[in-house]
Amino acid sequence: MARRSTPLLRRLLSPSLPPSPSPSTPLAGAVSRRTVTYMPRPGDGAPRGVTLIPGDGIGPLVTGAVRQVMEAMHAPVYFETYEVHGDMPTVPAEVIESIRRNKVCLKGGLATPVGGGVSSLNVQLRKELDLYASLVNCFNLPGLPTRHDNVDIVVIRENTEGEYSGLEHEVVPGVVESLKVITKFCSERIAKYAFEYAYLNNRKKVTAVHKANIMKLADGLFLESCREVAKKYPGIQYSEIIVDNCCMQLVSKPEQFDVMVTPNLYGNLVSNVAAGIAGGAGVMPGGNAGQDHAVFEQGASAGNVGNEKLVEQKKANPVALLLSSAMMLRHLQFPSFADRLETAVKRVIAEGKYRTKDLGGTSTTQEVTDAVIAKLG
Amino acid sequence: MARRSSSLLRQLVSSTSPSPPLPGHSGGARRTVTYMPRPGDGAPRAVTLIPGDGIGPLVTGAVRQAMEAMHAPVYFETYEVHGDMPTVPPAVIESIRRNKVCLKGGLATPVGGGVSSLNMQLRKELDLYASLVNCCNLPGLPTRHQGVDIVVIRENTEGEYSGLEHEVVPGVVESLKVITKFCSERIAKYAFEYAYLNNRKKVTAVHKANIMKLADGLFLESCREVASKYPSIQYNEIIVDNCSMQLVAKPEQFDVMVTPNLYGNLVSNTAAGIVGGTGVMPGGNVGQDHAIFEQGASAGNVGNDNIVEQKKANPVALLLSSAMMLRHLQFPSFADRLETAVKRVVAEGKYRTKDLGGTSTTQEVTDAVIANLA
Repeated sequence: MARRSTPLLRRLLSPSLPPSPSPSTPLAGAVSRRTVTYMPRPGDGAPRGVTLIPGDGIGPLVTGAVRQVMEAMHAPVYFETYEVHGDMPTVPAEVIESIRRNKVCLKGGLATPVGGGVSSLNVQLRKELDLYASLVNCFNLPGLPTRHDNVDIVVIRENTEGEYSGLEHEVVPGVVESLKVITKFCSERIAKYAFEYAYLNNRKKVTAVHKANIMKLADGLFLESCREVAKKYPGIQYSEIIVDNCCMQLVSKPEQFDVMVTPNLYGNLVSNVAAGIAGGAGVMPGGNAGQDHAVFEQGASAGNVGNEKLVEQKKANPVALLLSSAMMLRHLQFPSFADRLETAVKRVIAEGKYRTKDLGGTSTTQEVTDAVIAKLG
Repeated sequence: MARRSSSLLRQLVSSTSPSPPLPGHSGGARRTVTYMPRPGDGAPRAVTLIPGDGIGPLVTGAVRQAMEAMHAPVYFETYEVHGDMPTVPPAVIESIRRNKVCLKGGLATPVGGGVSSLNMQLRKELDLYASLVNCCNLPGLPTRHQGVDIVVIRENTEGEYSGLEHEVVPGVVESLKVITKFCSERIAKYAFEYAYLNNRKKVTAVHKANIMKLADGLFLESCREVASKYPSIQYNEIIVDNCSMQLVAKPEQFDVMVTPNLYGNLVSNTAAGIVGGTGVMPGGNVGQDHAIFEQGASAGNVGNDNIVEQKKANPVALLLSSAMMLRHLQFPSFADRLETAVKRVVAEGKYRTKDLGGTSTTQEVTDAVIANLA
């Protein structure tokens, strides 16, 4: 079906980044040589509506950047913007309506207040729309020096249950119980998603991250589901790793990991560590996918909306959200626009002239955005 | 009291370690304090020794050899405990209660199944509520991150590792995470007291209170209360996912970190990984009356069969932990000698086991340490 052909097309096109870039020009690694001619079906170019939630903090800044780039590309996407802030009690009903209608949403971060009675809106959105898989692709961008090389990790994290159920109560004053719920249903579908992803994207290995030596029943159930699904994909290597050992391996030998499937809390930490070693929250794209809907946002730490200084000086890094919007364009089946956008962003990073503070440069968001627009081929 | 003076002595001695290490003199501590032992201080102390599984017997053997070579006033009572026993034998617990100090290799916990972790059981029985891992760059050991000196203090008894799980209906499992004010308060007090006595500037609390508001909120409240009593120590809080990212991007911003059980496990492993791995980080579990010293991170990771066969396990972690133990027993001079020798061996770089990039065996490293004992 059309949805499955998109990843196939993407796979065919992904050798745009050769693993060992020729050292002659810094731009050689970022040029994609298309060997497939896109043959759109009639009506494929019809504009699609996308719900846009600017969010808090640096959110409006970076979503503004995405909007400018989309207009410059004349992408067949129009945005329906809704104001949502982290301190609202719930996500407004009309926003959920709009996402259900459009099926796709792009959002900046929503800052969740610490403590107090307000539950996280990020989590609430994911539960309402049943976005059960969170995907963060952490890879070394050519031209961006990091302490670790050869990183290409996709962290697939269960998004709805686990430690983030939000079920807590105070038994007696001074004693709090928090429930971590693991179900076979959710574990199975996240394992299926992970293996399907690995299969469609030509990935060799899936690693399940757990702590089943301590939490035997809970993580044991997660592992059982993963093992069952693994049996149906004999071409993909499956291994398991305890989460504390995993954190240590991530910082010493990240090249051993390929696709990682994890429950909710471990996935949060593992994806943040992986994003950190590959360049930071400012450059990693990510998305939350469910059966019917998808929400794209910056890969790791969706609740981290930067401090006020970044907002004032307008120096937030738009790269993460630009790459996420490229993922979104592929999801909407506009692969040519997605390729152009990704190529432009990767060229800007490879050149290294316009970099925001977290990558070691001094540019503002607007300068990076302009550079990307200039490079759109 | 005596316990506090040994930390002060340690602080004085550690402040004399030179900053730019010279190739032949790295780790040489110039002692400006003469130890004046009180009569009876040198009386031999008994220490319970649990070799454990996997690489455990190998590395505890290394510690034993080093202790004998130094003629340290310590004698070991060895007990065989293996990870697949249902409980820790009462004889062992008796011995630890009597000796008050224990040194152990790792105990491998079987994944799944019905056997609960013996590491956890020991900590709960003896109420060892604080786990301490000191992650610092060893001079001469190249890592991707420089300037790291982090102490992770982790609550050891409650939190996510309570072990209270049940299957509600087939296919649905609930696991309880319990946070109490009592435990949070005492771990916060321990962390600030540690920072105060060891001249540390900053304590960072690691939490996820934006999602788990009540549970981690309670933990944070306790930390804030205790922080208000130590005005000279900087206190801040960080969400655990941001913390993981900062650890790999800018680890030099962290000093002492106090965390609940699960986050502490992951944070201490990440911190240990960035400065050289499980093979070199010392750590200990401390309670009101007892203390157990073991390798800093991943106490359940006892290496694979390959390492055991070829006898290439890294003894550095357990040697440094036994130096911590010697200080705990108030034998600071022996502790200094042992630490100096180990640091010299690591700095020289001739005898390194596989995880540090070398090809030596455990025995070779141990012999090098013994040779370097001044």
